[in-house]
Amino acid sequence: MLEIKNLNVTVEEKQILKNLNLNIGKGEVHAIMGPNGSGKSTIAHTLAGKPNYNVDSGEVNLNGEDLLSKDPYERSLNGLFLAFQYPIELPGVTNASYLKQIVNAHRKSRKETPIDAGEFLKILKEKSKLLDIPMDMHSRFVNAGFSGGEKKKNEVLQMDLLNPSLIIMDETDSGLDVDALKTTADAINKLRNDERSFIIITHYLRLLDYIEPDYVHVFQNGSVIETGDKTLASRIDQKGYS
Amino acid sequence: MNKVSKDNFTQEKYKYGFVTEIESEKIPKGLNEDVIKLISKKKNEPEWMLEWRLSAFKRLENMSVPKWAKAEIDEIDFQDLYYYSSPKDFKEKPKSLDEVDPKLLETYEKLGIPLKEQKVLAGVAVDAVFDSVSVATTFKEKLNEIGVIFCPISEAIQKHPELVKKYIGSVIPVTDHFYATLNSAVFSDGSFVYIPKGVKCPMELSTYFRINASETGQFERTLIIADEGSYVSYLEGCTAPMRDENQLHAANVELVALDDAEIKYSTVQNWYPGDENGKGGIYNFVTKRGLCKGKNSKISWTQIETGSAITWKYPSCILRGDNSTGEFYSVAITNNYQQADTGTKMIHLGKNTKSRIISKGISAGKSSNTYRGLVSFHKKAKNAKNFTQCDSLLVGSECKANTIPLTENSSNSSSIEHEATTSKISDEQLFYCMQRGLDAEEAQSLIVNGFCKEVLQKLPMEFAVEAQKLVSISLEGSVG
Ligand SMILES: Nc1ncnc2c1ncn2[C@@H]1O[C@H](COP(=O)(O)OP(=O)(O)OP(=O)(O)O)[C@@H](O)[C@H]1O
Ligand SMILES: [Mg+2]
Repeated sequence: MLEIKNLNVTVEEKQILKNLNLNIGKGEVHAIMGPNGSGKSTIAHTLAGKPNYNVDSGEVNLNGEDLLSKDPYERSLNGLFLAFQYPIELPGVTNASYLKQIVNAHRKSRKETPIDAGEFLKILKEKSKLLDIPMDMHSRFVNAGFSGGEKKKNEVLQMDLLNPSLIIMDETDSGLDVDALKTTADAINKLRNDERSFIIITHYLRLLDYIEPDYVHVFQNGSVIETGDKTLASRIDQKGYS
Repeated sequence: MNKVSKDNFTQEKYKYGFVTEIESEKIPKGLNEDVIKLISKKKNEPEWMLEWRLSAFKRLENMSVPKWAKAEIDEIDFQDLYYYSSPKDFKEKPKSLDEVDPKLLETYEKLGIPLKEQKVLAGVAVDAVFDSVSVATTFKEKLNEIGVIFCPISEAIQKHPELVKKYIGSVIPVTDHFYATLNSAVFSDGSFVYIPKGVKCPMELSTYFRINASETGQFERTLIIADEGSYVSYLEGCTAPMRDENQLHAANVELVALDDAEIKYSTVQNWYPGDENGKGGIYNFVTKRGLCKGKNSKISWTQIETGSAITWKYPSCILRGDNSTGEFYSVAITNNYQQADTGTKMIHLGKNTKSRIISKGISAGKSSNTYRGLVSFHKKAKNAKNFTQCDSLLVGSECKANTIPLTENSSNSSSIEHEATTSKISDEQLFYCMQRGLDAEEAQSLIVNGFCKEVLQKLPMEFAVEAQKLVSISLEGSVG
């Protein structure tokens, strides 16, 4: 479903991704590990279309279509979801109304009518409960003053609400306590199916113990230096990258 | 066939920019005694009103245009303006809507203000002012039954002279400043409201101002009196066609709240702002002042200012009655080359008076947006309190925002709390929202609406949604 071919990306005149190749099939879970600064967030941002991430060469196809020519919101509407490593705060914007608005943006692109307020509240309650998110968090401003873990849960909640086909999680596990990690991983596992693919960026084996990956890739200096199965993650966990 | 010209549709976003092709009757250009006499005659005014106008005009001759506002403005030639324009053959206000020219009904329909009572927003009475005359007032009889007077001021001058005489100029003195004095000399139409003792007005009252004719100034005058223990919520809306010239709008609005009375005055100002190069647009120089005359009275101003090339406007409260309260909630949005200099004055005269100021300025494009405010505590204003919060939001890097809060304090038991912030919509915030499926403009309006929600919520419910849309539309084209 996702093909990345010889991708070279420059940010602020610094080349970060170097000849990156990666293929993700339908329903597969790929984990990406790699030392700090190796370009993991950069590939996530590039796929999501962050401005100023300049693609010098290479191509990316999602479901057979050129991804790189699309605007960030079109990529989202086409099913790509990025859970941010550092979720952004939107002071003044209430979480509930924000969530409703993004849900409606997706409905609109499917030519559906805006969701009924009562119906939305019901879904929101259900999905929040799954993640152990208290409802009063939704009357606060988006991510503003949320703890690190709450921000991450809010990302997973949005992922659940938008029903994406390609999910990229950038260190969603960092900042979650042991219990929260389990709840969140359970919620993510519920989203696994034959149609939906995952890229899970993480530093820790413990997340992969909950969410079993089909492949593990090791990033170094902006490209994949090794690919394996979950045992590769265990090796890194024990011996590090050297 | 009634047709409404679309020639002036150069820009999609200002959807009120059409011109109604209706023959107008203007009195000759220029500002002199004869013109004032003619206006007074057209309005069938009693002698005292004409004298009042003429005395204002005499004072005007020694006054000059204020130059202090932070705006760049072309010299206005006051002799080169029309001071009165009405639809032709408009001798007398139609008795019923059936007699109103269908072109006018159609105009208001297009503006989203249907005047036929069966179609109007439930619970909102409308006075429709077209250039210099009021063309229709809805729900008048129904309001009459409970003693509420809601009519054009020209009608009030004839039918309720004792009330008008008593209160006109009592809040804004005739000689207050150049534009207020000019208005006193040449004012054409506007609304008059009187709420009798103890009556809570059961519906929103609103006036819809429309400038249609070219080279014409609109000088409306509104007077609202809330008698003891009464309550009224009033809303005004304004639009004008797109024209290359600048047009002058200089209104005076006076509010009087007696003991235990409350007036809530809301404005959604959407005069034509000029095009994206700064050509054309309305000069909106407005004097609005409320007097909390009685004890425990309250006046609350809410304004959403999105239009006009230049806005100078400082809706103020004079808190004379003990325990009286003044409030000012404002959203001012400027885009392209618009200039807004707006704020409020809270003059605390009585004991235990309170005021609250929430101002949200949003600037985009190459525009300039200034909050200018004065909080003043007089000697007798024991235990007076003010809270002021001024927030500015910048969209892009070429716009300007200024905050000029002044205070005068002669009372040593009073307190002022002031908070101010300036923020920018960051690219990171926009990208985050876009990653979730919102396009650039939706993302921006989400953040902007969040920024000014606190003020939008103060609007009467019927208008809050409209205002929210207006906020988004006003900023269209400002995201890269
Ligand atoms: N805007 C920028 N300007 C300059 N350098 C940048 C910019 N963004 C990222 N980089 C650099 O690109 C490199 C890759 O960063 P990236 O965030 O992709 O790393 P990462 O693998 O996600 O690291 P971590 O595990 O710490 O999250 C780093 O050296 C980083 O400093
Ligand atoms: Mg990273």
